[in-house]
Amino acid sequence: MAEAATFQGLSWNPLTDLEQLFAYPFMVHALAAGTIVAVMGGVTGWFMVLRRQTFAGHTLSIIAFPGAAAASLAGLPLAVGYFGFCGLGALTLAGVAGTRKSLSAESAAIGSLQAFALALGFIFVSLYHGVLNSLDSLLFGTFLGITRGQVVVLLAVAAASVALVVGAARPLLFSSVDPDVARAAGVPVRLLGFGFLLVLGLSVAETSQITGALLVFALLVTPAATAHRITSRLGFGMALSVAIALAVTWLGLALAYFSVYPVGFYVTSLSFAVYLLVRFAQA
Amino acid sequence: MSETAVRFERAAVRLGGQTVWSDVSLTVAPAEFVAVLGPNGAGKSTLIKAILGLLPLSAGTASVLGRRPGEANARIGYLPQRRTFDAGTRIRGLDLVQLGLDGARWGVPIPVGRDRKRTVTRVREAIELVGASAYARRPIGELSGGEQQRLLIAQALVRRPKLLLLDEPLDSLDLPNQAAVAALVQRICQEEQVAVLLVAHDVNPILSYLDGVIYFAGGRAAEGSPEQVITTETLSRLYGAPIEVLQASDGRLVVVGQPEAPFVHGDRHG
Repeated sequence: MAEAATFQGLSWNPLTDLEQLFAYPFMVHALAAGTIVAVMGGVTGWFMVLRRQTFAGHTLSIIAFPGAAAASLAGLPLAVGYFGFCGLGALTLAGVAGTRKSLSAESAAIGSLQAFALALGFIFVSLYHGVLNSLDSLLFGTFLGITRGQVVVLLAVAAASVALVVGAARPLLFSSVDPDVARAAGVPVRLLGFGFLLVLGLSVAETSQITGALLVFALLVTPAATAHRITSRLGFGMALSVAIALAVTWLGLALAYFSVYPVGFYVTSLSFAVYLLVRFAQA
Repeated sequence: MSETAVRFERAAVRLGGQTVWSDVSLTVAPAEFVAVLGPNGAGKSTLIKAILGLLPLSAGTASVLGRRPGEANARIGYLPQRRTFDAGTRIRGLDLVQLGLDGARWGVPIPVGRDRKRTVTRVREAIELVGASAYARRPIGELSGGEQQRLLIAQALVRRPKLLLLDEPLDSLDLPNQAAVAALVQRICQEEQVAVLLVAHDVNPILSYLDGVIYFAGGRAAEGSPEQVITTETLSRLYGAPIEVLQASDGRLVVVGQPEAPFVHGDRHG
């Protein structure tokens, strides 16, 4: 038993390696957190790609960075910063997007918000004076030091968000692809758009904690975009999006465990590889 | 079965402080196929929105399927203006039609048992009715304008409405497709006993299928058969300016002298 708990590096024996992956509590927590985040990212990402809101999603992920930096500065748990800033960001975006006067004005407004968020993040990092050696992990992700409490919070937020999205799946789908008719059929299109941005903000906040703020897209966009390329069936497409997100997360965490490079790099590269593979297979 | 589909009495609509039209009285009978005509900005789409209760009347009264506007929307099939799906829309036509049936329903979208069977059957019927079975399982963004329009009509029909509101459904189609869709709408109108209001730019491709027309111009409307309404006298009175309606040897109507952009002419796409 004592032997199993010492880190031995990659043995190339799948059973031993698998055993090693689960030998430390921190790794078990990381795998649990990764699984939660992948399921949530797969579901909300699928809708985000369908609704063409990747730019809004990207902006929310940038907003996660000052959130985390502000939390470090204030000595609060990072999750508070992630959820707080992404939630506020989603509300702001909903205010901008709610008017829907023109698409170009909307994306310009979202872009301005994004630039401001990035600047805010760097000012917080500068204010932190001491070396914020977690800057790398804020931007590019970490799987170290995820606690049981964090996993519970991730699970609660993800469960609530996924339940909301699944429960509102049909009206949300209707208002995403066909807003005018949906409105005439009595679907609260604006409210759904607002609610979805909020769920997207929560997704980004969750995903940021594993992949880092800059690489959220690895779990939010790429698996969903790949699934949309493979199939136009609804349930199957969403399941595929979740499956790809899960596969790249698990594999990415395992690779990061046996190497010195950050988990965000692996998750991003793997999901990009899947995307490229599908593209070339279809060409 | 005989409640009037739409009745407006001396109705008026104001938008942004401006009267769009006023003193409009019209009646659409059950299973009647009526085209809504007029120049751009004359208030054709405004009529559709007033029927749906999305815009309030500023004067007069209206009843839609025996109820006030907005109260009968569950029995209205609505197809808004200029709706095309670009190649990036990765949704099957089938799913889009089904959204017309259950898209407003909340809850976990996994239908089971009889409910599921009923949904699947009704969606298939609606798709067969518009002749779209061959391509309903392909992503809607990959279909042609005519194919998309048929599926959208199926979506509007899937709840078995008593009134169908089609806002410029022929706009993006070539002439043969315009006539084909008009023929389809006429057949549905008779087979399903549904009244149809179809907003159109160009009356000629659909003229032979119509029961009546409602013509908007100059803040007023005239209603009747095409022969009654599209005449030199009626249109001159509506526009308050001299208008001439000419009939070509092939039966097409040409309206000459209207103050705004031309709208009724047969060779726009030719």
